[in-house]
Amino acid sequence: MMLDGLYQEIILDHYKHPHGRGLRDPFDGEAHHVNPTCGDEITVRVSADFSDISYDGLGCSISQASASVLHELLRGRDADEIAGIHEAFVTLMQGRGQVEPDEDVLGDAVAFAGVAKFPARVKCALLPWMAFKDAAARAGVDVGAAPEVKA
Amino acid sequence: MTFDVARVRADFPILSREVNGHPLVYLDSANTSQKPRQVLEVMREHNERHNGNVSRSVHTLGTEATSAYEEARGKIAAFVGATNPDEIVFTKNSTEAINLVAHSLGRHLSLKPGDEVVISEMEHHSNIVPWQLLCERTGATLRWFGVTDDGRLDESALESLINERTKIVSLVHMSNTLGTINDVAAIAERARSFGALVMLDCSQSVPHLPVDVRTLGADFIAFTGHKMLGPTGIGVLWGRYELLAEMPPFLAGGSMIETVTMARTTYAPPPARFEAGTPPIAEAIGLGAAVDYLNALGMDAVHRHEQDITSYALKVLADVPGVRLFGPTTPEGRGGTLSFDVDGVHPHDVGQVLDALGVEVRVGHHCAKPVCARFGVPAMTRASFYLYTTTDEIDALARGLDQVRKVFA
Repeated sequence: MMLDGLYQEIILDHYKHPHGRGLRDPFDGEAHHVNPTCGDEITVRVSADFSDISYDGLGCSISQASASVLHELLRGRDADEIAGIHEAFVTLMQGRGQVEPDEDVLGDAVAFAGVAKFPARVKCALLPWMAFKDAAARAGVDVGAAPEVKA
Repeated sequence: MTFDVARVRADFPILSREVNGHPLVYLDSANTSQKPRQVLEVMREHNERHNGNVSRSVHTLGTEATSAYEEARGKIAAFVGATNPDEIVFTKNSTEAINLVAHSLGRHLSLKPGDEVVISEMEHHSNIVPWQLLCERTGATLRWFGVTDDGRLDESALESLINERTKIVSLVHMSNTLGTINDVAAIAERARSFGALVMLDCSQSVPHLPVDVRTLGADFIAFTGHKMLGPTGIGVLWGRYELLAEMPPFLAGGSMIETVTMARTTYAPPPARFEAGTPPIAEAIGLGAAVDYLNALGMDAVHRHEQDITSYALKVLADVPGVRLFGPTTPEGRGGTLSFDVDGVHPHDVGQVLDALGVEVRVGHHCAKPVCARFGVPAMTRASFYLYTTTDEIDALARGLDQVRKVFA
């Protein structure tokens, strides 16, 4: 079934068993984002040194798994590494399925390559990443230029 | 005569296409309906043979276009029982029709602090936000009916909600989310006893059941073409003529004037007063053709077919494990719009798996976030039916829901 590209095992695993879920203290920046078309929402908290990234939200498997992957992938890294991974993920999501993901950079997030072929779901995958970026900015850390969300 | 759904389906070219390798199962008519060949052909014929601007040309094409446009107005008036075609104002959609009333009636009534506007928790955003804005502009207070656990309008607070301060009551006739058909007779009667005016959002009712403005108890109704086999871009406001005649314009420009000088302007009588600029001409004519199509089948027959399908679907969904229906669980006082939750699976994911099987449903908050909040969910999955829906399609939905549970088990 063509859905196999969308609902990769890795994504379903992160959805059913999310990593690092739940809002934690202390934190330096917090952002709450919603997808107004579907009502999905997420809150992301970061400490300025990224030693913790916590989150909570309501939404579909794609948005919630994406938050779990983000937590795994970015927590404990420095701002430059994070900026590079963030940019790679956004590029992958906006690539309409034409971008070959680099597993060394993106880890489990490569599983989202198939999502890029479903334009209606790209926003779901990006929701936690955009909230993370805002939360980081509020913690005083810039993790790269604001990408334009097109899908 | 029995309703021949196969013959109806043969008129809808899109119903023979495939989606993702499966026959299309279109269960999203509350969102937008499909269009029969007869509507598409009338619109093509208009554009190919009779295209001219309306109400301003002396030439043949303009005259033909004007008479077709006005003929459509007459058909639509008759369809909802309006005795005077000039009570039909063409708008872009229901949303514009409601905004028109919120603006023009709000000004006509000189709404002020202390006045009250009453809506309900069951409304589409298009029957909430225009009234919120009106209340912000005027200082009037917005109040609302709640919704009962079984998805009916909660009329227990009727006496306190509708009182001498009430100026406008605007309610949905059939809920786009819960499918509930509201009997508004008691509310309308109480509103009238205090001199308040009543508007009904009939976007989901006019396409699916016989509606007659002479017995409805409303002063205004709004509905939209694309949910009743017509094209997008054309909506309808019906209003009692004497009210429309007293109301100031909403949008201003060409066509809505009587005379213009650089110092001041006087306005045309309704409906022209409310139809500024070149209207959606082919779309209005297309909607007229949609009304012809529905009349030929008979709205009683259309409604009966949908009641049968709804009864069947309610039974089938009740047997799917993990499915929780929102709204009335029996076909009485409800239409063919069923919103539900699949335990443990987000509606986006439900909709995606169903789409992979060719089953097209709506997922999300259905532009009715307060309804979702009332039932404690961020989103719902909605299957909605029309005159072309078959029991086979309901079975396909049930099979799809089994697949959903397998993917997310």
